[in-house]
Amino acid sequence: MKFLPLIFGALFRRKTRTIFTLLSIVAAFLLFGLLDSVRGAFASAGNSVAGVDRLMTISKISLTVQMPKSLLERISAVPGVKDVAYANWFGGIYQDPKNFFPNLAVSSNFFDLRPEWQLSAAELKAFHDTRTGAVVGAELAKRYGWKLGDKIPLEATIFPMKSGGNTWTFDLVGIFHQPDPKLRGEEGQMFFNWDYFDEARTLGNGYVGWYVERINDRNAAGTIAQAIDRIAENSDHETKTQTEAAFQANFVSQFGDIGLIVSAIIAAVFFTLILLTGNTMAQAVRERIPELAVLKTIGFSSRSVLLLVLAEAVLLIALGAAAGLALSTAIVASLKASGAQLPLLPVGGEIWLEGLGLSILIGLLVGALPARRGMRLRIVDALAGR
Amino acid sequence: MSALVEIRQLSKVYTRGKQKLEVLHHVDLDIPSGDFIALMGPSGSGKSTLLNLIGGLDSPTDGTITISGQRIDQLSENALARWRAATVGFVFQFYNLLPMLTARRNVELPLLLTRLSAEQRRRNAEVALQLVGLGDRATHKPGELSGGQQQRVAIARAIVSDPQLLVCDEPTGDLDRQSAEEVLGLLQQLNRDHGKTIIMVTHDPKAAGYASHTVHLDKGTLVDQPAAVPA
Amino acid sequence: MLATLLTLLTAIIAAALLSFAPGALLALVLVLFLLWLAITRVGRQTWSVAQVGILTIPQRLGSSLVVVIGIAGVVGVLVAVLAMAEGFQAILKETGSDDSAIVMRAGSQTELNSVLDHDAIALIGQMPQVQRDSADVPIASPEIVVVAALPKKATGLDANVEIRGIGERAWPLHPKLKLTAGRKFNPGLRELVVGKGAHAQFAGLDVGANIKLGGQLWTVVGTFESGDAYDSELWGDFDVVGPAYHRGSTATSVTVRLTDPSAFDAFKAEIANDHRLKVDAKTTRAYYTDQSSRLSTGIRWLGFIVGTIMALGAVFGALNSMYAAVATRTREIATLRALGFRGLPVIVSILIETMLLAVAGGALGAAIAWLLFDNYTASTLGDNFSQVVFTFRVSPSLLWTGLKWALTIGFIGGLFPAVRAARMRVTDGLREL
Repeated sequence: MKFLPLIFGALFRRKTRTIFTLLSIVAAFLLFGLLDSVRGAFASAGNSVAGVDRLMTISKISLTVQMPKSLLERISAVPGVKDVAYANWFGGIYQDPKNFFPNLAVSSNFFDLRPEWQLSAAELKAFHDTRTGAVVGAELAKRYGWKLGDKIPLEATIFPMKSGGNTWTFDLVGIFHQPDPKLRGEEGQMFFNWDYFDEARTLGNGYVGWYVERINDRNAAGTIAQAIDRIAENSDHETKTQTEAAFQANFVSQFGDIGLIVSAIIAAVFFTLILLTGNTMAQAVRERIPELAVLKTIGFSSRSVLLLVLAEAVLLIALGAAAGLALSTAIVASLKASGAQLPLLPVGGEIWLEGLGLSILIGLLVGALPARRGMRLRIVDALAGR
Repeated sequence: MSALVEIRQLSKVYTRGKQKLEVLHHVDLDIPSGDFIALMGPSGSGKSTLLNLIGGLDSPTDGTITISGQRIDQLSENALARWRAATVGFVFQFYNLLPMLTARRNVELPLLLTRLSAEQRRRNAEVALQLVGLGDRATHKPGELSGGQQQRVAIARAIVSDPQLLVCDEPTGDLDRQSAEEVLGLLQQLNRDHGKTIIMVTHDPKAAGYASHTVHLDKGTLVDQPAAVPA
Repeated sequence: MLATLLTLLTAIIAAALLSFAPGALLALVLVLFLLWLAITRVGRQTWSVAQVGILTIPQRLGSSLVVVIGIAGVVGVLVAVLAMAEGFQAILKETGSDDSAIVMRAGSQTELNSVLDHDAIALIGQMPQVQRDSADVPIASPEIVVVAALPKKATGLDANVEIRGIGERAWPLHPKLKLTAGRKFNPGLRELVVGKGAHAQFAGLDVGANIKLGGQLWTVVGTFESGDAYDSELWGDFDVVGPAYHRGSTATSVTVRLTDPSAFDAFKAEIANDHRLKVDAKTTRAYYTDQSSRLSTGIRWLGFIVGTIMALGAVFGALNSMYAAVATRTREIATLRALGFRGLPVIVSILIETMLLAVAGGALGAAIAWLLFDNYTASTLGDNFSQVVFTFRVSPSLLWTGLKWALTIGFIGGLFPAVRAARMRVTDGLREL
C-alpha cells in the first residue's frame, strides 16, 4: 500500500499517454462485458438448474410434428413421473410480425410444473376459470404496457379458428415473475388454455406439440426417459424424451456456435490490446530507466523494481477494465430497462470477476518484459545514460 | 580515529569487446569516520568508478573494500541493496529526483524500505527537509524548484534514513556559484554537526576546498600529493 | 482551445466524408492530392518532409506496428462479421425469381406454418397467369415442407433439416439446379436428393446412405447444387413425403411459373378475389428476401457496434503512437520550421505517414479476414425452423468498407499529433532533446 503513490506517480508521468492507453483498455473491456453478456444469454438457456427435474417429450421426427394427446395417460403411469403437462406452439402475431414472442397453448396444470415462477393463487385460479384467459411474463407485459383485464388479440399463423376468423382474442388474467435474473428471458412468453385452443382450432385437434414431465428423482432421469419413449416405440409417432435443460441446450446450439464467435472476437480484441498496451508500457519503462536506477541506488532490490513495474501494468489495465465493465453494466441495464428485445444477460458478478481476472492476467503479461528490463538494469550504466 | 572505509589493492577492469580497460589499479585508501574528503582528478581518472565501488553500486575486479568493519566487495546484489539502504546516502550531479512526486514523497522514498509507519515516515521526511532549509517546500514537485533547491531535496533524501556515509558525485556540477556554495555549506554542516562521513567527487577546486582534505586520482592510481588549494 | 475545436471539427467532417462519400469521389480526391504533392511547391516540400518520416518508420517499429496491428484488428473483425451477414443474405436473396410465385395459406409467414388442401392446389394451378408446358399442363408444383432432426457433422448433436416434397413439375421451376452426383429420386419411392449445404453440414447423407425418417428407411440417391437456400434442403417426392408425415395429400405451398414477371400483380389479385381460396401469393424472390432481413440486419448491427468500439480503442492507440512519433522528431520538425517550412507541410506529412500505416493495417486485417473466412461454411436456424447453410462472403465491397474504416481511424489518429507538431514553438522544439 505504501508504494501506491509511487506507482500512481509513475503511471501519470505522461498524462495524455496514460489516458489514451486507459481509454483503449476501457473500449476493450466494454466490448468484453457486452459480448460476454450476449454469450451468457445464449449459454444460460441451456443451464437452468431448475430444469433438471423436468423432462420434455417431443416427436422423434422433429419438434414440429405433433403427438396424440392419448399418450398423456400412459406417460402419467410411468413409475417416477409425478406430473405431466402438455403444450402447443401457437405462433400468433401481435399487431406486427416484428413483435415476436413465444405464445403457447398449455394444459391447466402447466404452472404446477414450474414452481420457480411466481404467480399468485388468485391469478392462477382466474386462469383455470377463464376459458379465454391468458398469463404472460412480467417483462412481456411491461413491453406492451398490458394490465390485468386487457384483451390481447393475436393473428394466427398456423391455426385459423373454426368460427372462420384468423384473430384469437385472449383475456389477460395473470402475470408471472421469474425471480432469477439470469432466466428473466422466460418472462417474455404468453400462455393460454389448451382446452379452449383445441376446441376452437380447425386442424390438428387432439394432438399436442410436446409433453413436460416432472419426475421424483433427477438421478433417474435417463431411465424414466427411456421408459416414456418405449410407450410409442414402433408406432407412427415415436417420441424422444430428454431433460428440459438438454433440450434447450440443443435448441440453442442450432443457432450456431455463438460461444465460438464471441470468443473469437474477444480473442482478437485482447490480442490487439496486449500489443497496444505492451508497447506503451515498454516505452514508458524505457523512459524511466534512470529513475528505476535511482530507486535501486537507494536500496530497492531488483525484485521490488520488478514488482513495481508489474504492479503499474496491472493497475493500469485493472483500472481500465473496471471502467469498461462499469460502462457495459450501465449500457446493458439501460437497454434492458428500455424494453429492447435483445439476447443480453445483466452484467453481474460473474462477468466482473472474469473480466477483472483477465485484466490482472493481461497486466502481468504486458508488464513482464518491461519489468524484467527494469529488474536487470545495471545501476552504473543506467545512471550514465547507457 | 578508526577508518570507516578501508580499501586494499582495489582494481577495476572493464571489458569492452576484446579490449580490457583497467580503470583502477591497486588502490589503497583509508577514510576515517567523520572525514569529508574531496576526490579529484581529470576525466577518465577513475574517480567516479572508485566512488561507485565505495557506494556499493558496482563490484571490484580485485581487492577489498571494508566499510564499518564489513566487507562489501563480495556481497550479492540483494545484500548490497540492503546494505546501501542502511548505510549510504547518494547525491548525484543531476539530482535524480522523481519528477512526478512531491519533495516530501521524494525524501520519503528510502523510508519505504523500512518498517516505519506512514506517520513516522512523513515526520522524518519533514525533519530532513527542514534540515536542508526547505521545510516550506514539502508539497512542491521538482519541476517547481530551482536547481539548488532540487539538490537540497536530494540531500534530504540521502540523509533521511540516517546513513553513516554520504557519497556525492559532482553535487555542484550543474549549479550556479551561489547555489553551489549553499549546497557545499550544507554538506560541511552535515559533516561537522551531524558527524556524516562524506566522499565527494568534484572537478571544481573551490568545491574541494569545503572538504577537510583532497585525494587526487590519475590514470587509476592515487597521486600522493596533499591538497594545496585554500578554502 | 479554438484550434482544438477546429481540429476536432476537421476530424469529424473527414470521418463522415470517408464513410459516406462514393468511391469515385474519394478516388478523385486522391488524384488531386497526388497532383498537389507532385506539382506545387508546398506539395513538394510536404513530400520531402513526409519522406523523412516514412524512412524513419523502421526506427520506431514498435509504435508503428501498434498502429498497423490495432487497425488490422478492427478491420479484420469488422470484415469477418459483415461477411457473415452478407453471406447469409446472399444465399436467401439468390433464391427465387420474379417470374415464379409461391402461394401459402393467408396469414402464414413461412411454409412450415401453412396448409393447403387438395382443392386449393388444383385451383391455384388453373389460374390464367400460370404458364403451361408444351403438353398444356400448368407448371405448378405442390410442395410440402417438413422438418427432420439429423446429427450435424461438427457437433454430433441433432439439428433440424428441411425436407421438401416436390411435385413432378418442380424441376423446370428450378433452372439453376444441377445434380452433382447420383440421380433424381424416382416418383413413388422413398428416395431423397440432398442439397450441397445440407450434405456438408449433416452426417450420413452420402449417395447410397440410408436414413431413418418418421420410422421409415429412406435412401439418398443423389446430391444437387443450386447456389441458393435450396442447398440446405433434402428433396423427395411430394406424394411420398406427405403421407410419411401423416399429411395426406395436403401441401404447405404451391410454387408456380408465371407467364411473365409482370403477370404477378394480376395473379395475386385473381387468387385474392377467389372466394374458394384463403391464400396469399408472393414472388419467390420476395419470399426469400424477407426471410433474410431480420437475421442479417441483426448480424450487421453486431458488426458495426463491435467495430465502432474497437475502432475507438484503435484511435487512442494510434494517437499514442503518433504523439510519440512526433515527440521523437521534435527537433527535426523544429529545425524544418526554423528553416522556413510552414505548418501545412508538417501537418500533411504526418497525416501521410499515419494514413500509410493505416492502409497497411487495413489491408492486413482485410487479408486475414479474407484468408480465414471467405467461403467459410456455417449454418444457423432459419425462419422455417431448420438449418440454413450459408458461406461467409468477403466481397470486394466489404474490403473497401474495411479500408475506409482504416483510413478514418488513421486520419483521426494522425490529425491531432500533426496539429500539435505544427503549432510547436520553434525555440522550444530546438531546445528539446
